[in-house]
Formats: sequence, structure tokens, C-alpha cells
Amino acid sequence: MTTTAQNGTTRRRVLQCMGWGTAGILWTVSGGVPRAHALDAGGPEPLAAADFSFIQISDSHIGFNKNPNPTPDATLREALQKIAAMPKRPAFVLHTGDVSHLSKPSEFEAASGIMQTTGLETFYVPGEHDTIGDDGKEFFSRFSPKGAQPGGWYSFDQNGIHFIGLINVVNLKAGGLGNLDAEQLSWLEADTKGLSASTPIVVFAHMPLWALYPDWGWGTDGSARALATLKRFGSVTVLNGHIHQVQQKVEGNVTFQTARSTAYPQPAPGQGAGPGPMQIPADRLRSVLGIRDIDFVGGKPALADTALAS
Amino acid sequence: MLHKIFALAVSGVFVGFTGAALAHDMADMVMPALAHAAPAQLAATEPNAVTIDNFAFGPGAITVAPGTKVTWTNRDDEPHTVVSADDPRTFKSGALDTDDSFSFTFDKPGTYRYFCSIHPHMTGTVVVK
Repeated sequence: MTTTAQNGTTRRRVLQCMGWGTAGILWTVSGGVPRAHALDAGGPEPLAAADFSFIQISDSHIGFNKNPNPTPDATLREALQKIAAMPKRPAFVLHTGDVSHLSKPSEFEAASGIMQTTGLETFYVPGEHDTIGDDGKEFFSRFSPKGAQPGGWYSFDQNGIHFIGLINVVNLKAGGLGNLDAEQLSWLEADTKGLSASTPIVVFAHMPLWALYPDWGWGTDGSARALATLKRFGSVTVLNGHIHQVQQKVEGNVTFQTARSTAYPQPAPGQGAGPGPMQIPADRLRSVLGIRDIDFVGGKPALADTALAS
Repeated sequence: MLHKIFALAVSGVFVGFTGAALAHDMADMVMPALAHAAPAQLAATEPNAVTIDNFAFGPGAITVAPGTKVTWTNRDDEPHTVVSADDPRTFKSGALDTDDSFSFTFDKPGTYRYFCSIHPHMTGTVVVK
């Protein structure tokens, strides 16, 4: 048996990070990096009793009323029906922002009402559409969990996994990208300081935490310091929305994953004149909208992106 | 969709025209494509007007006399804002949805940088002199 995984992590380290399982299974592991598989292709893998799953929903844009999707409330409901149809009930839902389109109380109210139909606890972080004009005051008053910091960021633990919700859409600076300010970055260091390096980490935020396409604003200032803080952990999964499409990047033990919207698609990075709603024939809309199921099996995340229709 | 496809298809034909009247008459349908194809010719039809197309202020820099009212109009299917980059803010719009406008009258000479607070990579400048 070799003692070094692909990225230089020793086998002992991999075992520590995983903290579970048999050697036979370990050969599917690469330093805690999540692997993706398509639900459409063969269905979810069976889950062991101690394992759990959760759902990522993103960019519901309730209040948007134009083509290609004048009724994003209907597609959000369809997305939530996918959850109800899953073989195992997820532990909770993450909504990675742009709950609303224009930060209107009526939009938040409608979105909240639809999201409650899952009967599942739901953790939110805002998108830039949720913080227009008031730096997110209305959003935070409705969606912040108990124990959230004054700036809106928070963390919690589930089955030994540490979840961190970051806010990168307020106090944005002219000419900049998404932003993690010094106060939030200091909090992140303090929040993770006492954790063992073998603790799997899930970070969720609205805008991508890597320079996905800065010309369109698809990145976050301050993300380099955040990633430096998280570098010592054996498994870090970063879940984002914002760009309304699935994109993935692996950097050491950190895997960045952007999710589909439930409302409308956006162009691939740099394709066309700019970002924004991408027009698509009505009969193809649901093939580019979707949700994400994340199964933690033995402390290891497996992601499955499911479209609303094939 | 059809409008955009049409506009893209015909933009090559219109690129050679610089007439403000044409641009104005065809604004709703053709402006987004022209913005991409020929930004230099997209200059707003009024010297105190700025349009927002494809996540960009056009023109990105304008010069006006003191007392001029400048109006920004959003032509994207995406909301934007117009917010002064000064501290404290000299001016600040609310959310501008499609076809919404915001105006501000510049009384004092100076250079005013502004940006979209939702998409901060979008920046512009108003010079008052």
C-alpha cells in the first residue's frame, strides 16, 4: 500500500481526517476531497445509520418576473418537491442566498412561506439581492439563526461536521468584488481555532470564494485570508451560489462548489456580454435549474446536483 | 429572447450608423447588442444621461456643468444601484429594476466616483466643472 495520497497527504493523515471506515473504502478517498456523482445516473448510495445528508438551495430570486422564468415561486416549489421525494430525509437545508430579487419584505415573506413547506430547519446566508439599500437589515431580522454574530455570520455543528455561514455581500467597495471584512475574518480564526484538523468543514456563502471570473464580479475580496485559516483542515467544502450554474474547483484539501439556481440560469464565465438572466427556451428551463444533495458518508461529503427536469 | 437574438443578428448592420435619432428610436430593442458591439457609439443620447447595459455604466465617465441633473437608467434584466463612492455618500439610489431611473443634481464642481453597490465592479465617474 502506498502511504501518500494524491496531494501529498500521508495515509495516516487521511485516516485521521476521515476517522472511520475500512482500508478498502479508503481507496476512494483523496485527502478528504468530495466526489461528485449524478443522481440522474444511478440514484443515491445507501446511507449508514450514523450518516446524514443535507440540501443546498440557492438563488430563488422570489420577485423576479421576467423571462426566462416569470414564476420563480413555482420552480422553487418544484425544487422543494425533489427533497420530499428523496429516499432519506435530509437533516436540514442551506439556502445560499438571493432568496429575494429586490430585498422587498413581501418577497422575503413569500420565499419564507414556500421554504417552510419542507418542514426542515433551514439555514440562510444572504445574496446581494437580499441586502439592497439596507445592508441586509430586513434579511437578517427574518433569517438569522440564534447565536449569529452582529454582522450576520455564524457556525454550527452537525454529526461532527463544522458548518460556517459567511456573509460576503455587504459593505461592498467600489471597484471590488464580494467582501469578507477584517472583523469577520478574525471571527473565523477564533471560531475554528479549537477544532481538530480532522474535523470536516463546510463553509457556505453566496458569492464564490475563489476568483471564478472577476471581470463579472465573481469572486470575493478577503477570501485568501479565509482560506489560509482553513488550510490546516483535511476536508473543507465551500458551497456557493450566485452564478446560477455548477462549477467546481479543487485547491489542496479545499473544494469549491457553486450551485444551480431555482429561478434562472446565467451564462458560463465570459460567455456573452455580461452576467444576468440568460434566455433559454421554456421547455429547457428546468434542465438548468436544480438543487444539490450533500451526503456525509463516514465524514466524507458526496455531492449530487439534480436538475428539476432532464 | 427573440429581441436579443434579433438585435445580435442585426447589430452588424447598425454598427456603421452613428445617428443619435436611430439609437434613440431603436433603443429598447437594439441598445443591448449595440452596447456590446460598438460601445463607443452607445454614448447616451443626452450628455447628462447614463444608461446601464450588460453590467456597465455607459458612458463610464461624463463631464457636466454645475447645476446639471444627471439621470441613470437601468436597461438590464438585473437590478442595479447608483451609489457615491465618497464617505459620506454624496448620492445613493434605491434598487433600480429594469427601466427604472435615478437622478441627482450636481451643484458643486468636483470629481464624483460612483458604483453599483450590488455589483461593485461596476464603476463610473461624473466630473462637474
